[in-house]
Amino acid sequence: MKVTITVNGTTHESDVEPRTLLVQYVRESLGLTGTNIGCDTSSCGACSLHLNGESVKSCTVLAVQADGGSVTTIEGLAKDGVMHPMQQAFMENHGLQCGYCTPGMVMAAIGLLNENPSPTEEQVRIGLEGNLCRCTGYHNIVKSVLACANNK
Amino acid sequence: MAGSILGNRVLRKEDPKFLTTGGVYVDDLLDEPALHGALHVTYVRSTVAHGNITSIDTSDAVSMPGIVAVFTGKDLGLEFVPSAYNPAATRTLLATDKVRFVGEPVVAIVSETREEGEDAIDAVIIDYDVLPALIDLEEAMASTTLLYEACGSNVVFDSMVLGLPDNTGDAYFADCEVVAKGRFINQRVAPCPLEVRGAAAAWGKDGRLTQWLSTQHAQGAVAPLAATNGVDPSMVHVKTPDVGGGFGAKIGAYPEELLLGVIAKRVGTPVRWRETRSESMVGLGHGRAQLQYVTIGGKRDGTVTHYQFWAIQDSGSWVDMGTILAPFMTRPMSSGVYAIPNIECRTTSVVTNTTPTVAYRGAGRPEATAAIERAMDIFALEVGMDAVEVRRKNLIPKFLSPHTTVIGQTYDVGDYETSLNKVLEAADYKGWRAKQKAARDSGAAKQIGIGVSVYVEITGGVGNGESAKVEIQDNGHALIYTGTSPHGQGHATSWAMLANEQTGIPIENIELVWGDTDLVPIGTGTMGSRSLQQGGNAVFAVAAELVNKAKSVAARLLEASEEDIVLDKDSGSFHVAGTPAVAKTWAELALAEKQSGGLVHSDVINVSGATFPFGAHVAVVEVDVETGKVTHIAHTACDDAGKVLNPMLLEGQIHGGVAQGAAQALLEEVSYDPDGNPITSNLADYAFISAAELPSVTVVHMETPTPVNLIGAKGIGESGTIGATPAVQSAVVDAVSHFGVKHIDMPTTAEKVWAAIQSAR
Repeated sequence: MKVTITVNGTTHESDVEPRTLLVQYVRESLGLTGTNIGCDTSSCGACSLHLNGESVKSCTVLAVQADGGSVTTIEGLAKDGVMHPMQQAFMENHGLQCGYCTPGMVMAAIGLLNENPSPTEEQVRIGLEGNLCRCTGYHNIVKSVLACANNK
Repeated sequence: MAGSILGNRVLRKEDPKFLTTGGVYVDDLLDEPALHGALHVTYVRSTVAHGNITSIDTSDAVSMPGIVAVFTGKDLGLEFVPSAYNPAATRTLLATDKVRFVGEPVVAIVSETREEGEDAIDAVIIDYDVLPALIDLEEAMASTTLLYEACGSNVVFDSMVLGLPDNTGDAYFADCEVVAKGRFINQRVAPCPLEVRGAAAAWGKDGRLTQWLSTQHAQGAVAPLAATNGVDPSMVHVKTPDVGGGFGAKIGAYPEELLLGVIAKRVGTPVRWRETRSESMVGLGHGRAQLQYVTIGGKRDGTVTHYQFWAIQDSGSWVDMGTILAPFMTRPMSSGVYAIPNIECRTTSVVTNTTPTVAYRGAGRPEATAAIERAMDIFALEVGMDAVEVRRKNLIPKFLSPHTTVIGQTYDVGDYETSLNKVLEAADYKGWRAKQKAARDSGAAKQIGIGVSVYVEITGGVGNGESAKVEIQDNGHALIYTGTSPHGQGHATSWAMLANEQTGIPIENIELVWGDTDLVPIGTGTMGSRSLQQGGNAVFAVAAELVNKAKSVAARLLEASEEDIVLDKDSGSFHVAGTPAVAKTWAELALAEKQSGGLVHSDVINVSGATFPFGAHVAVVEVDVETGKVTHIAHTACDDAGKVLNPMLLEGQIHGGVAQGAAQALLEEVSYDPDGNPITSNLADYAFISAAELPSVTVVHMETPTPVNLIGAKGIGESGTIGATPAVQSAVVDAVSHFGVKHIDMPTTAEKVWAAIQSAR
């Protein structure tokens, strides 16, 4: 099926199989491998990206559902070599270790602050419940998100 | 001169890549030229836990769209391979005669796309004569149905075969005033690195195999890959891309990975494989899985005089590393931090029809700690004393020269009481006891529980040292080659800090090379919290030697005596003492040495032994006694890892460790139905801990340097898990102890807590 999807500001016209997931589309068709796959039950959130400005798990969206839409992946976040404040906060607060959950976590965290710019620690923890990390114990992820919120 | 970089909170060099483009994991190698045109491998896995294979029909699958080949073990000519730990146990890497767990690979499908391979799985027809599934450890020990007939028993390893004594039973406690017994389940858990396993294989025109592997130890994969592929180890090149977590489960190479070269050779093209999470939950090794019988005895005043521990280790269906953790990691640490004059510990490892067990964060030490810490708790209940006071009474007093426990393990340095005092104060232990009392007095539904653990563990016990090479490039930048294998630990930053301390080269000009067996042929990888104390230590020592080499080159160029040459670390240049104006930079020295092999030094640096980090944790939980629901509301950890290189990285390791410890205590458990079907085989069914189920962690610093290595460092990767697990479990029991509850097995789910309250009431 023909789809037209704008990813990180560039519009792509592609022919995809109906069963292609959005995560497969960005990874395999566009080669944007920053978005990772961590499970097969929509549990881990490693594939989180933004579709039309909202954080979504891209394993739960078909590429054809994104037809006409606008997608931002981790690769599209920094502007002119300057990291997004959330990326910067993760770096400064050691919010990542192995890096595998990180792109999805950062995208979900930005989505969280878009909905609630001044969350409490508990709201951050509940807001990121769908994004799993095995390395950090979440402590520094939560710290990063709160730091980013407070710097705004 | 600027102060030392060591001990500072240096941000990670590796982060900008991970944060802007993401890491490059095995499955991201889309542009790798050697993998151009690679086909995909999909494994068909056993759907029965135990059975003899009677037939395999691949004919329908072969004719499906995109299918290039379908191979059974016989098609590939696979031979039986013995276990390293019990050679009577043998298997083929694809099951040929018998399957022993649900998820065991039986057939390999090669397809043009991954999806086509998955579609063909159901077209492969495998018939089995089903055998009784042995899931329960004690049932497996007693059963006449054997997983490996040649072993003569399902007990595949026992500490007694090492010449160690059996436990002597209740007679051991004849002189004790008080005796308490426990049967504790240290349940099976799944390591769950966020990146599942993945690998790729390609044969070069030179006849060499290149294997990409998501591993903690590339060098360790060379020999099994060479053996599987029937080539000399020199013909195998392992490359490690970024690795999305390991936690011990990615130490050894698995059948699915080892076979890729064999398959690539058959089909004449490179191949890739990446498992799904559901496959990973049954195919990647599991951790823990010990049944523990403990008896503890002593005096009414709280002095423990006797401890007897029988650890029955579930090996799963293969005699893998999990088998030997009990005798070699649990048993030596059975005394914990306590001066117990009489200890017996036997370990018995048993095969069952479940996923094989391997190392998982802590690997044998969390089990030892959980056993002795639970034993201390039940002993305290029996003598009617506060559990902290019983611990304090029995701690080994501070020692700064080696101390050997009665079980025979020598610890380097220890100051357990200080760590206990520090954590109690930082956690406001007394304050929580007062809150607990108030909640109990009020009879509120939400009750408070406080758990305390004191622990000691072994780190850097794997390997006697590590390789390091430091090479100065033409521009004066440095390349470090290390035999460790970072997958989240931050070695690119830490090793650069250590090299900077010696050379003065700024850390932004120092890059790290690892996990490529052509570039780093000698290495023991990252496991057992060994990296800093062995690998970092090696970098530190080798960089110091390189500075000496550079001084001799500078002496030659400056026509001075080598002893008079000094390194100005601020400018990264060498000059004669007293005349800094005439100096030679690292780049100039490298250029001068270019024709004679370059300015480089490499060595394998030995260390004199393992270290024994210790600490104490306080966990606080809130338990709703009407529903059994547990909420972990506070956690304080004092972990002494010796000299600290980068406190930020140290804290990150503790946080992650605590989360995995709390996960085991509260939530996570791999389960099977009685027929051996896994019922937690994806992340929807397995209770992987999330941010919403954890508190932030208060970290209390304490540094007792070890004399074992140059930098005074001990390991920190696993301490958090070892300390947290018993503290959290103890907190849950404590919250409901006023009902008469003495023990609740992990994971302390709402269902179990509620049931414990009901049966005690």
